[in-house]
Amino acid sequence: MADDPTKKDATTPPPGGTEAGGTPPKSSEPAAVPPAASAQPAKPAEAVKLPETAKPADAAKPAASPAAPAAPAPPTAAKPAAPGAAAGAPAAPKPAPPAKEAPPKPLPLDNELVQRFKARFGASIIEATLDRKQAIILVAAAQWLEISKYCRDEEKFDYLADLTAVDWPKREKRFDLVANLYSFPKNERLRLKAHLGENETARTLIPVWPVANWLEREIFDMFGIRFDGHPDLRRMLLPEEWVGYPLRKDYDILTQDQAWVKENLGIESGQ
Amino acid sequence: MPFGITFDDIRPFIAPVIYALVIVAVLPLMAGYIVLLERKVMAHMQARMGPMRVGPHGLLQPIADAVKLLLKEDITPKNADALMFWLAPLLSVTMALLAYAALPFGPAFQIADLDVGLLFILAISSLGIYGIVLGGWASNSHYSLLGALRSAAQLVSYETAAGLALVSGLLLGGTLSMKGLVEAQDQQGVWFIFIAPFSFFIYLIASIAETNRAPFDLPEAESELVAGYMTEYSGFRWSLYFLAEYANMIVVSGIAVTLYLGGWMRPLSAVHMHIFGLPYELLDLLPALIFFGLAAWCSKLALRQGEQIQKLVMFLFVGMFLVLGAVMAWSLTSPSLMPGIHGAFWFIVKVLVYLYGFLWFRFTFPRYRFDQLMKLGWQFLIPLALVNLVMIGIAIVLVQQSGWPLAIAMIAANVVTLIVAFWLVRQGDKPMIAVLPAEDELPDVGPGEIR
Amino acid sequence: MDPTRHNSTTEIETTVLGADEIILNMGPQHPSTHGVLRVKLKLDGERVAASECIIGYLHRGVEKIAEHRSYQQFAPYVDRMDYVAAVSNGLGYCEAVEKLLGAEAPPRARVVRTILTELQRIASHLVWLGTHALDIGALTPLFYCFREREEILKIFEKYCGARLTTHAFRIGGLQYETYDGFEEEVKRFCDDFAHRIDEYETLLTENRIWLGRTKGVGILSAEDAIALAVSGPVLRASGVKWDIRKAAPYAAYAQYKFEIPVGKTGDTYDRYIVRMEEMRQSRLICLQAIENIPTGAIMARIGKVLKPPPGEVYHAIEAPKGELGYYIVSDGTTQPYRVRVRPPSFINLQAFDKMARGSLVADVVAIIGTIDIVLGEVDR
Repeated sequence: MADDPTKKDATTPPPGGTEAGGTPPKSSEPAAVPPAASAQPAKPAEAVKLPETAKPADAAKPAASPAAPAAPAPPTAAKPAAPGAAAGAPAAPKPAPPAKEAPPKPLPLDNELVQRFKARFGASIIEATLDRKQAIILVAAAQWLEISKYCRDEEKFDYLADLTAVDWPKREKRFDLVANLYSFPKNERLRLKAHLGENETARTLIPVWPVANWLEREIFDMFGIRFDGHPDLRRMLLPEEWVGYPLRKDYDILTQDQAWVKENLGIESGQ
Repeated sequence: MPFGITFDDIRPFIAPVIYALVIVAVLPLMAGYIVLLERKVMAHMQARMGPMRVGPHGLLQPIADAVKLLLKEDITPKNADALMFWLAPLLSVTMALLAYAALPFGPAFQIADLDVGLLFILAISSLGIYGIVLGGWASNSHYSLLGALRSAAQLVSYETAAGLALVSGLLLGGTLSMKGLVEAQDQQGVWFIFIAPFSFFIYLIASIAETNRAPFDLPEAESELVAGYMTEYSGFRWSLYFLAEYANMIVVSGIAVTLYLGGWMRPLSAVHMHIFGLPYELLDLLPALIFFGLAAWCSKLALRQGEQIQKLVMFLFVGMFLVLGAVMAWSLTSPSLMPGIHGAFWFIVKVLVYLYGFLWFRFTFPRYRFDQLMKLGWQFLIPLALVNLVMIGIAIVLVQQSGWPLAIAMIAANVVTLIVAFWLVRQGDKPMIAVLPAEDELPDVGPGEIR
Repeated sequence: MDPTRHNSTTEIETTVLGADEIILNMGPQHPSTHGVLRVKLKLDGERVAASECIIGYLHRGVEKIAEHRSYQQFAPYVDRMDYVAAVSNGLGYCEAVEKLLGAEAPPRARVVRTILTELQRIASHLVWLGTHALDIGALTPLFYCFREREEILKIFEKYCGARLTTHAFRIGGLQYETYDGFEEEVKRFCDDFAHRIDEYETLLTENRIWLGRTKGVGILSAEDAIALAVSGPVLRASGVKWDIRKAAPYAAYAQYKFEIPVGKTGDTYDRYIVRMEEMRQSRLICLQAIENIPTGAIMARIGKVLKPPPGEVYHAIEAPKGELGYYIVSDGTTQPYRVRVRPPSFINLQAFDKMARGSLVADVVAIIGTIDIVLGEVDR
């Protein structure tokens, strides 16, 4: 894996570990090691010009990556491929992003970790990407609990740093359930994602990481996603009787549960 | 005179009644100024200034506080027992004030020279606990009740230790009369603190616990039970409780001073250094010098005040100190008045020193938890006080029957007590067995909670 | 509907009470809950049989607001979450967005950011120390701690104009150059601070009463700490030697030498010792940093209008309270699509139940204090 001089973080430790692991413990701030396969995106020597239309630069499946509803096309300058071109054409590219080498974007990922996952779970591993040098694995929601157990037990991701959700209403399965994991022994981070439909539920992760208790309650509070097996699924931050799930995109920023406000605070809507 | 009462019948009562009126009138003011002293001392220890606005250097703060409290709305909780609610602070204050009857402020200034003065004071202090318990119960609130019960338990436990410490002082003095105890120290030429330091030490700790002061102020702890048994009281009722607390502080200081610190005697009273052949002693000039010094300092502060009215008030204080200094100096010339006036002065100064210790401890130490507090009382202080008592008794017997010199016998007794004290501390530091219940002993709490 | 019955249909109320059991409600207005936190305790005599934290009184919808502001406009909002340590929040957010953009702040900016963040860590721990000691009954350390904190806040005010919610950093670097005399003032503070910390230690560390109140109280084992995703000093006191400044250095931390204090038993006393030592280490970092602040630009050239390419990033820093993470999803527009803040206080607070079970009521206050929560961050 060539040490890529165009990498922004030239000061970070020498390449060797990606955030997706697979190599012995290194600082989890790696230089990216793009897998050989996709090191040659279709666009040679193109470190220029405006964002072209979203040509599938990376032939692998970026479409399924969370960048889906991106309206403006991302600048698709070749990422690692054209060191010479980028370095050699400082003024040639347009002045707006001055000397900005390769804007970051998601890439498919296929390293040992991903391969182990695929070997174990097969089709449940829908996709694996590397975005901003962070590994993301998209899994099937049906296997959410099993994959989590595997992560904790076999892959030693013993720390659930964060569990949250994102709402993409235009997608058929609108919710992204996102778990950020960390492994103490390996000093690595991993992100697990699952797509959930509007009325779908996911299994609770409390048996695997007890911290999920409050985190899932907050997801339920803000998005309305229910978790099977959660012992105490009620709202966390909003009052019990609140109606509505604020972080959904169809909940406007000025919306309130007027009935609750009027009854409990005694004020009319608005202020 | 009506009913066949002659003036001679009334005469013995006149002085005590006047003294009592003076005490009842002056005490709230004194308590207020002790509060101000506490706030100023606390502030200076905490790198700040304390009350500065009301009066120069906050000197009129207690008056402002008193007026405010009197004017405050009197709130009674809805389901409180009205009679008890009204009675409780009264009980506390009455008992606190009653104890002053036996305190000797000077050889001439004592309301009642009871033969059993010490016992009387102890008994009255114990009655004061009723005020606390009733207050907590009558407030009809969880927090208050918890605080009151804790406070009562604490007071009762430390009464025992205090009593035992005082008994050892009694053994040395040979009498229960407060006046007699001071005179005994005068006769023996040494304050009892020097021959029975452990008694003083035990009494010091017990008296802090008796008055609910830090580090034993859990029942009043703001951060835990808001204000414990005083939570529901406001305005004048609260000020009565507050007055009772500070009055109690003065009482226990008075007892300690009487019993261990020589009462109204001047320090080094056995040392007579006459000035240039005059019949006045050098050390007797101290009170006057102290007051003149205070007057000078206050004038310096007065000149620094910005506003006229502040200057005026400060100069009033200067005047007061000058008058007091003059009185002290003049009383040297009159042998009949001198013991009384100087005695009162030294008594008050020693009480203030003891109180300063109270204040100092409050701002330095964290608070004991209730179980630690009880453990300290029962497993350290009471055994130590018992041992101390026995050793002092043995020492006295040795002195009286076998002719040992007092110093040797006392040193021996105290050394033994010291060894026992260290042993008790070691015992106390051993961790308690099974402080926390094991995981499977915790009650089954049902779903919805993390284990 | 009575607003005080907010979130009240809980297990604590509906389980049948035993003979000696009472339910004690602390808060939301209470002198010791450090903000609007409501704690329900089921007491068996003096012991806590079960507890429950009810939060949400300070919920302001920060994550929803983020979706309607541009990246730079959102930066002042993050200060208001952990308002005691605003500078760290800003650092985490700015670095997360910089990662999203693929940009990096210039070296000078990184070093100045490090200095200010470490000063903020000291200030945050001073607030913790003062209030924790106050809860346990030691009235005096609070004033000493705030006296020191005053010096730090003066430095912040001279630097960026604000003491508390500073908005000190910008995406891409710094807005303001350091003022004349910045290094001297920081150095003077650091020199004074060494013996001030010793003052606090004199009052507390060997004091029998303090030891009695904190040793063995609120024990959290290392396995429980990891399972409950506790972070920061609480995790380190339980014996797990992990600090993001060492594990995944950000800003300029890789250049400096400092130690990570680790405790043994995970009780309140260990957390106290860990934080005291952290203050000392922060002071050392500041001293090393001001020796050698690189010259150069303070702002990366990223343009005024920020439109990060679509994607997402999770960036975590070691805030004074723990691992503060920002998970930002960009859809290519000028406004973030989703900003998720991983709040260390929220997650650490979940461990409260574990720590409080079996302890006495008087210890509950000590345990709340020792977790060091800020309700602005718990509720966002």
